[in-house]
Amino acid sequence: MNEPVRERVTAAVGADPAWVGIGPLAAIPVRGARVVQGPGGDIAVFRTSDDRVFALLDRCPHKGGPLSQGIVFDCRVACPLHNWVIDLEAGAACAPDEGRVPRFPVRVEDGIVYLDLRGRPEP
Amino acid sequence: MSEREKLVVIGNGMAGMRTVEELLALAPDRYRITVFGAEPCGNYNRILLSPVLAGDKGLQDILLNDLDWYAERGITLHAGREVTAIDRARRRVRAADGTEAPYDRLLLATGSLPVVLPLPGADLDGVVTFRDIADVERMLAAAAGGRRAVVIGGGLLGLEAANGLGRRGMEVTVVHLAQSLMERQLDAPAAALLRRSLEARGLRILLEAQTEALLGAERVRAVRLADGRELEADLVVMAVGIRPNIALARDAGLHCERGVVVDDTLQTFDPRIYAVGECAQHRKTTYGLVAPLFEQAKVCANHLAFVGCTRYTGSVTSTRLKVTGVELFSAGDYLNAEGGDELVYQDPAGGIYKKVVVRGNRVSGAVLYGDSSDASWYFQLMREGTDVGEIRERLLFGQAHVGDAGHGGAHAVAAMDDAAEVCGCNGVCKGEIVRAITSKGLFTLEEVRAHTKASSSCGSCTGIVEQLLALTLGGDYSAPEVKPLCGCTGFTHEEVRRAIAENGLKTLPETMRFLEWRNPDGCQACRPALNYYLLCAWPGEYRDDGQSRFINERAHANIQRDGTYSVVPRIWGGVTSPAELRAIADVAERFEVPAVKLTGGQRIDLLGVPKERLPAVWHALNQAGLVSGHAYGKAVRTVKTCVGSEWCRFGTQDSTTLGIRMEKLCWGAWTPHKVKMGVSGCPRNCAEATIKDLGVIGVDSGWEIQVGGNGGVKVRATELLCRVKTMEEVLEYTGAFLQLYREEARYLERTAPWIERVGLAYVRRRLVEEDDGRRALYARFLDSQRRAQSDPWAERAQAPAHTGEFLPLARVG
Repeated sequence: MNEPVRERVTAAVGADPAWVGIGPLAAIPVRGARVVQGPGGDIAVFRTSDDRVFALLDRCPHKGGPLSQGIVFDCRVACPLHNWVIDLEAGAACAPDEGRVPRFPVRVEDGIVYLDLRGRPEP
Repeated sequence: MSEREKLVVIGNGMAGMRTVEELLALAPDRYRITVFGAEPCGNYNRILLSPVLAGDKGLQDILLNDLDWYAERGITLHAGREVTAIDRARRRVRAADGTEAPYDRLLLATGSLPVVLPLPGADLDGVVTFRDIADVERMLAAAAGGRRAVVIGGGLLGLEAANGLGRRGMEVTVVHLAQSLMERQLDAPAAALLRRSLEARGLRILLEAQTEALLGAERVRAVRLADGRELEADLVVMAVGIRPNIALARDAGLHCERGVVVDDTLQTFDPRIYAVGECAQHRKTTYGLVAPLFEQAKVCANHLAFVGCTRYTGSVTSTRLKVTGVELFSAGDYLNAEGGDELVYQDPAGGIYKKVVVRGNRVSGAVLYGDSSDASWYFQLMREGTDVGEIRERLLFGQAHVGDAGHGGAHAVAAMDDAAEVCGCNGVCKGEIVRAITSKGLFTLEEVRAHTKASSSCGSCTGIVEQLLALTLGGDYSAPEVKPLCGCTGFTHEEVRRAIAENGLKTLPETMRFLEWRNPDGCQACRPALNYYLLCAWPGEYRDDGQSRFINERAHANIQRDGTYSVVPRIWGGVTSPAELRAIADVAERFEVPAVKLTGGQRIDLLGVPKERLPAVWHALNQAGLVSGHAYGKAVRTVKTCVGSEWCRFGTQDSTTLGIRMEKLCWGAWTPHKVKMGVSGCPRNCAEATIKDLGVIGVDSGWEIQVGGNGGVKVRATELLCRVKTMEEVLEYTGAFLQLYREEARYLERTAPWIERVGLAYVRRRLVEEDDGRRALYARFLDSQRRAQSDPWAERAQAPAHTGEFLPLARVG
């Protein structure tokens, strides 16, 4: 069985130690997500159909559902528990629902995805 | 930025602005929009003029779009400037004051004009029509100073005007030419009840009365009838009908008949010009109600935005009278002109009259007086052409009496307390829904769902929410005739499936492209539906798209509220063995499963398994010969059995053997919604087969096959499909039934509502009467099963390709 890719920090963004490599972009399904276990709880890392990547705390603002398990479309994900739709870019529930999900800065370089986990996530 | 195209809208009323709103939602930047309106104000809700006249609402309450609304959207509004000419060659319009505007596309929404009878004295002061705010202001001024009013016309508008003036303290006489009031909407008994009720409110009503002249020097003082009677009047309201306002279009040379003639895309004979609302004539019909106009606006906006190929195919309309305290509803062939059966309930003393016209077991019309709480239900049955053969004898008593367990009595929505809970799933009460409808200006079920969450989960309160909409909005409520699959398309489920089959569409992107999906990624509603339709249409050929499945089906386990999963191994026919039980117990202990529970379908549920451990749990179960129970899917789930003739002293048939054979035949099939089956060995029915999607009951001579039961939110007992002699026949009917359901039901539609929609008679015809058809369905089912019956747990427990779904990508920090 494949081991998950761990703590792969490379030189590119690795010059800045804040950026933590979490694995290859190819390991995240298009219109899907993978989970990264972080110090403050699970982080959902999404990949959209146009290969944009977003990282959000894996908790729906409604009842705490794991957003990483939802259906991804456009730049949004539908929570698997009660179908709230979360805008990945804004880190917020789509109207008329209200609520925010903390976001983490993401970069993709040479096919590797990096997260910046310093301090508090962006509100 | 390239120059935007110019859209000019003539008419600042409900039809024109609804189209603009729909257009802005689809393509906010496509056009520079200019609106001309003859009235000097923003867009208001014309339907609510009656309550304003009656004093139930103020003018501010009925404004839909104030001037800021136009400014915020960059729309140029010329309020109070009437367009007098369209120059089609130069593509410009010109208003009475000389204002000109060029257009690339032109939308006509000029509405209609009140008919003014060509009577002597029709131009006297104090003679008004009832159409716009200015008319209402004139009437209110007259009501303040005068005493007596005569309303000519006893139709919908005339009676609303008469009621309003009566409420303002005038003595009102209604003069009506026909034999009964509202003869275009009501039959004679309902009209008689209405007359009695209006007379009790102090209105005087003269039927078969023809107006001959309006008398007075400058100001009207009396109305003379053809029989010589004179009625004193300080105010005369002419409410004898409306006619489409087409003068402008006709002068511009556009083809007009009664209205401006449009095709199914709302386009006139000039392809740059569209027309919507009361001025448009579509398939020989003009409409004077709001619901059709909203449907037209949607289609027209689609075409103006270049995003779709939806078509408007006409509307089924209904009428409600907005007179406080009078409940009145009418729809369809209420006079029964086409020779159907009339089901009638009449209680003259109680002031209640209900007539439902049924033709060929379909509702074709209805008149309700005094109690219209089931109006939207009858209207829905009529629009959807639902087979009512099985519920005819209870039809008149309303939806609460057709086996809709758990909701009886909740339907008197008007009488419901504001704190009464409507949506049990999301905890939404009546008051919240009504407040949302009025304060946020909601018009449709979808909007109420989005804003309040009511009716957005199990859907069993949909009827009540629709009634609240109808109650709160009156005639404004527009129930869509056929619902599109989702917001990404205008096509219905059926149209999408047909397109997939007829055009050989074999992938999701191909299907969305071909059907011009508004959103190339789709959404969480349509992607699973399309994935299923493609899977069903092309067995073995279509490549399942995991990212378009709900998590339960992608992970082959049920997600729980804490994000863990439950695992339910298949126990064929509910018959197990010590070895299987021991293996399940070992797995539960070894993986420290927090909870073990017996399910209603005779299975064992292992609850609380973290996602990353699922493959290992499955592997361990596989080794004991246990496979996926599909308890997580829109799929064939369980066949529940009783012990049957092998052990039971009452048993007449071997139910366990048949149950196991049915489950071996059907497992692994994806279906529009979950499917549960049951086999009882005798009519005592210990396996509760009569609340299953398909239930089989052993009788002395063989087996009874029952279909369409449901034990969920709406309990529904099965109906008998047929009786057969052998197990082999049961298997063939079962496979054929499932295949028919798979091929024809809408995604997420259980067998019970599906059968209610198409009628049991249809299912019987396809399965019982047409032997060749049944065999063909069965053959297609077997063919599909050959490719579907592969244990998804084994595939994932063994293949490393799948581990990505189950393991975290990394651990950091």
